[in-house]
Amino acid sequence: MEKVYANMTGGGPVSVYVEDGRITRVRPLQVPEEDFPKPWVIKGSDGKSYSPPKAFRLSPPVHGERNRVYSEDRILYPMKRVDWDPNGERHPENRGISGYERISWEEAVKLVGSEIQRVQNTYGEAALTGMTSSHHNWGIVGYKLGPYHRFMHMLHYTPIYDNPDSWEGWHWGATHTYGFHWRLGMPEQFDLLEDALQNTEMIVFWSNDPDSTRGTYSGQESHIWRVWLKEKGVKCVFIDPLYNYTNAVMDGTWLPPRPGSDTALAMAIAYVWITEETYDKKYIARRTVGFEKFRDYILGDEDFPKTPEWAEEESGIPARKIRALAREWAKKRTCLSSGCRGGQGSACRTAYGTEWARMMVLLQAMQGYGKPGVSIWGTTMGAPASYKWFPGYAEPAGQMGRSDVAKNKICFSNPTKQRLFRLTLPDAILNGHDWFRGEGFCGATLEQQFTENNYPMETKVHMFYRYGGSFMGTMSDTSKWVKMYQSPELECVVNQDCWFSSETNMADIILPACTNFERNDLGEWATCGGYTTMAHIGNNWRVIVRQQKAIEPLGESKSDYEILRLIAAYLGREEEFTEGNTEDDWARLFFESSEIAKDGDITWEEFNRKGYYIVPCPEDRKSTPSMRWFYEEREADTPDPGNIPRKNGHPEKLGTYTGLIEFEAQSLLENLPDDKERPPVPHFIPSWEGYKSEMWYKYPLQMISPHPRFSFHTHYDKHESWLDEIPMHRIMKNGYPYWIVRINEKDAKARGLKDGDLAELYNDRGRVICCVSVTARVPAGTIHSYGCTAKYDPLEPGKADSVDRGGCVNLLTAGTLLSKNAPGMTPNSCLIEIRKWEGEC
Amino acid sequence: MARYSIAVDVSRCDGCGSCWIACKDEYCLNDHLPTSVQTPMMGQTWLTLKEIEQGENWKIKMDYIPVMCQHCENPKCAEGAPEGAVYKREDGIVIIDPVKAKGCKDLVDKCPYGVIYWNEQAQVAQKCTMCAHMLDNGEKTTRCVESCPTQAIFFGDLDDPNSPISKFIAERGGSDQFGPYRPEEGTKPRILYKELPQVFAAGEVLLADKKNDCCEGAKVVIKNVATGETRETATDFFGDFEFKFLTKGAEYEITCSYEGYKPQSVRMVLDRAKDLGQVVLEKA
Repeated sequence: MEKVYANMTGGGPVSVYVEDGRITRVRPLQVPEEDFPKPWVIKGSDGKSYSPPKAFRLSPPVHGERNRVYSEDRILYPMKRVDWDPNGERHPENRGISGYERISWEEAVKLVGSEIQRVQNTYGEAALTGMTSSHHNWGIVGYKLGPYHRFMHMLHYTPIYDNPDSWEGWHWGATHTYGFHWRLGMPEQFDLLEDALQNTEMIVFWSNDPDSTRGTYSGQESHIWRVWLKEKGVKCVFIDPLYNYTNAVMDGTWLPPRPGSDTALAMAIAYVWITEETYDKKYIARRTVGFEKFRDYILGDEDFPKTPEWAEEESGIPARKIRALAREWAKKRTCLSSGCRGGQGSACRTAYGTEWARMMVLLQAMQGYGKPGVSIWGTTMGAPASYKWFPGYAEPAGQMGRSDVAKNKICFSNPTKQRLFRLTLPDAILNGHDWFRGEGFCGATLEQQFTENNYPMETKVHMFYRYGGSFMGTMSDTSKWVKMYQSPELECVVNQDCWFSSETNMADIILPACTNFERNDLGEWATCGGYTTMAHIGNNWRVIVRQQKAIEPLGESKSDYEILRLIAAYLGREEEFTEGNTEDDWARLFFESSEIAKDGDITWEEFNRKGYYIVPCPEDRKSTPSMRWFYEEREADTPDPGNIPRKNGHPEKLGTYTGLIEFEAQSLLENLPDDKERPPVPHFIPSWEGYKSEMWYKYPLQMISPHPRFSFHTHYDKHESWLDEIPMHRIMKNGYPYWIVRINEKDAKARGLKDGDLAELYNDRGRVICCVSVTARVPAGTIHSYGCTAKYDPLEPGKADSVDRGGCVNLLTAGTLLSKNAPGMTPNSCLIEIRKWEGEC
Repeated sequence: MARYSIAVDVSRCDGCGSCWIACKDEYCLNDHLPTSVQTPMMGQTWLTLKEIEQGENWKIKMDYIPVMCQHCENPKCAEGAPEGAVYKREDGIVIIDPVKAKGCKDLVDKCPYGVIYWNEQAQVAQKCTMCAHMLDNGEKTTRCVESCPTQAIFFGDLDDPNSPISKFIAERGGSDQFGPYRPEEGTKPRILYKELPQVFAAGEVLLADKKNDCCEGAKVVIKNVATGETRETATDFFGDFEFKFLTKGAEYEITCSYEGYKPQSVRMVLDRAKDLGQVVLEKA
């Protein structure tokens, strides 16, 4: 007998079909037509009415969730590393080499619990640290920021700050230009679909491939918007070293700059506008500060004029094309699409990526940012929607350790003051000390970015409780993670996950978690809340799902909440951890806290029975296009509850010191006036690892490794074997699915490489084997290989300098930060060489 | 009786692979008798996307063609097959009977589209059934069509003007705009495609005395030398022009002109998509 359950994923809502206790199929959430509320309608400037189809468009790999749930990579039993003896030799040097033995849950809980006690009693509470990866599952109750944070803060652990890894330059740079630090530097996106359909004449996609990165969690909901815009005749230009997938369908003009030259290109555009006086002078005068200093820098008062000819030399884009683009941009109502949420893109993850992100904001400021049709819009968010509040995992109100639904908001009472930082964690462990700036995600104030951290402050850490394990493929210079894991400083490493991932077999104890298809939860599609409030505007429909357990947990796996409850019980702290709540109790508490429940739109009982609720879009809603208020010199009317100036009684201001767009950033002038790498006025600074840098003469190929297309971060890759059959994702060679490196015909020929060859990508940091795709989609000198492989497969396991054949190109990228005071990652400033792989695999 | 088909607007397909994966989800390890038995987890891809990259320099185009069983009027796989092993239903769906076709491995190589797979365990040749079991169960769509985010692919009854496929075709200029994939195979496929990629010619016009600026608005005419057929366009603000949907192997003459300048013509055989590079016009 077939049963159907509702669930939610990081790429859309699904119906899960189950027969005899096994999932048979996973389809987009099946909703009868009469259950759809009235769709929104946008009147386009072409007179057409645009409305969404009554269907949900999932991220591609979500169609294969069944394959992922039953992956051979699932962790089914608790395990212990065979040569790790907590009462004797621990052999940290064998992490990544030695095998595992199955142990019972009772043993596992005792081992983890007693190690926590021993380490904290010996060194102090702060000697326990840990961190999670992101987004492998969906659901408010089960998500990492719920039970895991509640548990770890309860134990007073040393938290490890995340770095804003997908939008570094915007976080550390653009915030000082236009504020929005409460959005971590990414701009508002409200009602920009309507604005584009009504006003925009041209879209400049700059370092943006929304058909691949998909507005993060909204599946493929926005694809049809771009098709509408294309068929409506909106001109598209793509500035990207890769001829990307969005361009493939939008058929725009392709301008491929040398990686890392984007700032030069942007400055040359500003040069054309300044010298031809084709910028919005009224806006500059009334809505910005510091333009004169910027103008003087562009015109060359300090060094040389930033002419299109100069930018041609840096970027390889002919000066006449730069001039033509600048002129058209000034003439037409132009939307700048610089990253999938408006402010992201691989260009912001390059050396001094802060400068590019700041330039993106300043270019639009010169054209009247906020004017109808003149926006910074990723093309993936901004559908009309209801703004009723429903909790998201990334905001305190959606986290069981911070929300008012908890009696004890444990996460706020952790007395441990010291912090570690993800990007420099291996250095901190290996060197025994660390210094870094900032507080990870700096969403409260601009000043948070300037905080100085010294480690150790309380005690060095000796136990690492890792949840998930994807960093080999996602962080930079990642062979140092292997070295870190093999350090005797880490006396105990735990890894809790659903699947074996790239770091799992570096652990001493492995705990099997189940997926959100094997437990109950609830969640709204794409709603993360907090820094990206109202993220459901990336969807055509607002869908809230009661995530229903479809099958029993596989093997002996358990929900994360249950695993942590067992360990808490061992530590005698079960009541403190659970407050007597089951997972369903928490789910109901979160549901009842929402405006949807408080307004009586749907009862818990009905929601529970039906499995979903589609929130209607109010017919009388008022459109509030992002930044229009600022352009029109009004108070902010956008539904962003995080808006800090508004909270402080200044709704007419941006979040900068002056409340205006700052060509000369006052926050930088005041706090770090002598910083030459992120000066108050944005500067072009040649990369330490770029075109014609010292290293370029030895390693002349510039590699970019943007976010991937067929997986989300590392998720789905490796665990969803069906993806291995898609030759745009991996290429099967001798029965092994290799990661793809894309190389221009000229570069391939010079190295004797042809399509389908195995090749070794190398520099002084690492060696990775990939399968060659010879293509005109990258110009000569540029190499493309996606970041975020889930597979780390060293030919010599446990050796940090081993050749990898899983496709971990981040073994090659530099650990160097954006600049001294801007601690972001820079994987797209990477020089390599390639040669044919002649060895055995 | 319905006349089922699938229609694809290739210009809308961005190669996301949703259809490919959704198809795997429906058939791997799932029996749908009488129309199909379960396929193994790996090795069979009933629907694939053919990626076609064309062009050179910075004038590139990429297209994706979803390729599955074409449900031909004259299916090659049926030729010489045992009685009832391969049959065409009244609604047009071609089915390889998983019982009667047992052991017929030769079906795999008969298909000119390469979309039939051999199931070693079940000893049967397998391919797309247009989700016949779902349709027979009252559903109105196929898994591939259900999954498509850009509405590039539609399903339905060609004889019903209100079916999604009929509306889709009508909105796109009618059935004249659609045709089969690789008609030269002569099997009369049921699946319909619009804007299957063809070769293109692109280039840039420059004025000899104004090389620092792009030349917008230059007139460009292309003539098929054999047929005399001409098309005209103008350069965009980048000075670029392109002509899509040209005939591979045909000889073309491209003439660029701009007022006050001497026109220039280039002749070439389009054995592949070409970027002519810069066409520089001298002052008249």
